[in-house]
Amino acid sequence: MSKEPVAVVGIGQTKHVAARRDVSIAGLVREAARRALDDAELTWADIDAVVIGKAPDFFEGVMMPELYLADALGAVGKPMLRVHTAGSVGGSTALVAAGLVAARVHGTVLTLAFEKQSESNAMWGLSLPIPFQQPLLAGAGGFFAPHVRAYMRRSGAPETVGALVAYKDRRNALKNPYAHLHEHDITLERVTSSPMLWDPIRYSETCPSSDGACAMILTDRAGAARAPRPPAWMLGGAMRSEPTLFAGKDFVSPRAGRDCAADVYRQAGITDPRREIDGAEIYVPFSWYEPMWLENLGFAAEGEGWKLTEAGVTELDGDLPVNMSGGVLSTNPIGASGMIRFAEAALQVRGQAGEHQVEGARRVLGHAYGGGSQFFSMWLVGAQPPDS
Amino acid sequence: MPEVLKAPLVVEFPFTRSLGPVQSAFLTGLREGVVLGVRTGDGRTLVPPVEYDPVTAEEIRDLVEVAPTGTVTTWAWNHAPRRGQPLTTPFAWVLVRLDGADTALLHALDAPGPDAVHTGMRVRVRWATDRTGAITDIACFEPYDGDPPQPSGHTGEFEDPVTGIVAAARLDYTYSPGRAQTAYINALAGRRTVGERCPSCRKVYVPPRGACPTCGVATSEQVEVGPRGTVTTFCIVNIKAAHTANLDIEVPYVYAHIALDGAGLALHGRIGGIPYDEVRMGLRVEPVWTEGARYPDHYRPTGEPDADYDTYKELL
Repeated sequence: MSKEPVAVVGIGQTKHVAARRDVSIAGLVREAARRALDDAELTWADIDAVVIGKAPDFFEGVMMPELYLADALGAVGKPMLRVHTAGSVGGSTALVAAGLVAARVHGTVLTLAFEKQSESNAMWGLSLPIPFQQPLLAGAGGFFAPHVRAYMRRSGAPETVGALVAYKDRRNALKNPYAHLHEHDITLERVTSSPMLWDPIRYSETCPSSDGACAMILTDRAGAARAPRPPAWMLGGAMRSEPTLFAGKDFVSPRAGRDCAADVYRQAGITDPRREIDGAEIYVPFSWYEPMWLENLGFAAEGEGWKLTEAGVTELDGDLPVNMSGGVLSTNPIGASGMIRFAEAALQVRGQAGEHQVEGARRVLGHAYGGGSQFFSMWLVGAQPPDS
Repeated sequence: MPEVLKAPLVVEFPFTRSLGPVQSAFLTGLREGVVLGVRTGDGRTLVPPVEYDPVTAEEIRDLVEVAPTGTVTTWAWNHAPRRGQPLTTPFAWVLVRLDGADTALLHALDAPGPDAVHTGMRVRVRWATDRTGAITDIACFEPYDGDPPQPSGHTGEFEDPVTGIVAAARLDYTYSPGRAQTAYINALAGRRTVGERCPSCRKVYVPPRGACPTCGVATSEQVEVGPRGTVTTFCIVNIKAAHTANLDIEVPYVYAHIALDGAGLALHGRIGGIPYDEVRMGLRVEPVWTEGARYPDHYRPTGEPDADYDTYKELL
């Protein structure tokens, strides 16, 4: 028996900001969920199950939010479950929810991811004082910066490419009312003159800390037929994992990422992603990860990703726009960031992305990764249902 | 087999929480000596209050005052109170349905012993002397056989409401690094770096995990690696993260991935003995130890010619 096609019929985000002191965590997730329901013109009673994701527990100190948030998300009397996969959690949460619809376990599922970074401490959560171990010598940027240097060495990319990504994403964010950073005075010169934190990564090439939530309503064919606005159809979705560290791990282009993308393209019948995909929302927490992931995702050959960035191909008006929403570089509630990528991809193919809409976007990729480049989750969504 | 290392690991952090309108009113009420509940769509009063109706999922904001007296609905005796619990002497955990409420509140009951506690007994709030807007503003409950006082009908509107709390989290573990890492750590005491070779892929894991994550097989063959190695990649750290602030390291410094000779993957270390802007991929380095330290303080250049990129590119 074939799988049930999965449609995205409702999307809701909060306005992402540095600190939402006016709401509890329950109030924050409620806001995103309510907006997704409104977009789908549905009520709580129409939801059959809730699938929620958030950052690792130590980040916020909230264990088992699925218990605490059941009433805020209308989950009383329904199945509710939680997904954990570090920074990729927003993506894998959406895929678990999509799986429930595809398997015809549930007809309509609310999926949601969130984080209040203002009330959490990611750095503390990542650097517990484990006895006998050498203390970590650098922050999160220090973990990723050596891999960026390795990419530059391997590809021969000029030093200027990272700044181009940051300049592009921050300008894109100006067209997205939900983005956290709205740097109206952004210039390329401002990016290149910002302080060097973890050489080769500059301050303006790093993501902010945000409070925010993102929700989607996923449904089956019957639900999509009742939807008031055009649905986005899932054409393929996959997750892959690998250890944080192992002999032979390729941090520049992890195998789990390559395999995950290949699986998504196979499901969707994509043989030339560069030509057949109209845009991508890629998890880029540090600017250089754009060219790195372009190669890992098969949009460019190994060592060639930076050429797409440098040539303007990934600009909003380029022929493979990347991070039209402003991306993680402009908005980063860690637990929600992956789902925002998935939701922004869906907004594009629904034609609902507003000022950052890519004209005529038919197929768009949403991507998330997390941990030490060890968890990957991706989906490809389209304006037309699969097999049509 | 030598004994496996063990040590206490305390994980604690003062998390902040924004309260939102309902919890803000509830905790501000406690500060003012008033207990507030919230009315649901079907007319029930929930204490402690919640923001969303558990039955209909609708937002609920209709705050109502209930009495500081109530009835124990069930209980359990706590023989040995732990750190941070409401009372330091043995007490009863109780669920109390306050007069005017339809649900019960969890708290402590100060009673001389389990024989003095029973379901259905009448109790009242014992207020803390110094109240800040927290659940601990109720010091505990105490037995009470008087009439319930009439609530004043407080609406939940306060001047200077509490909008956030600090929720301290603390976990106490006994941590053990396990058999393989114990051997690695013990060897470091003799300034030797000892990994374990995978019997299948022959790669040497440093530090060893006792298993090869690629092949999924146990490792046991010990292999000494280094002491010299190659810088595979690095970054120059220009800012101190809060958690490294107490390390006696001046910025900028070089944080490097170092593949010790014979190791199948790189470990992390600081490079010294060379200006930070002269460090490069392929630099040959050796550890510098300080007295009493478990790990090398840093690595310095050996003076050998740089390693060829092809010799370490698989270790990036």
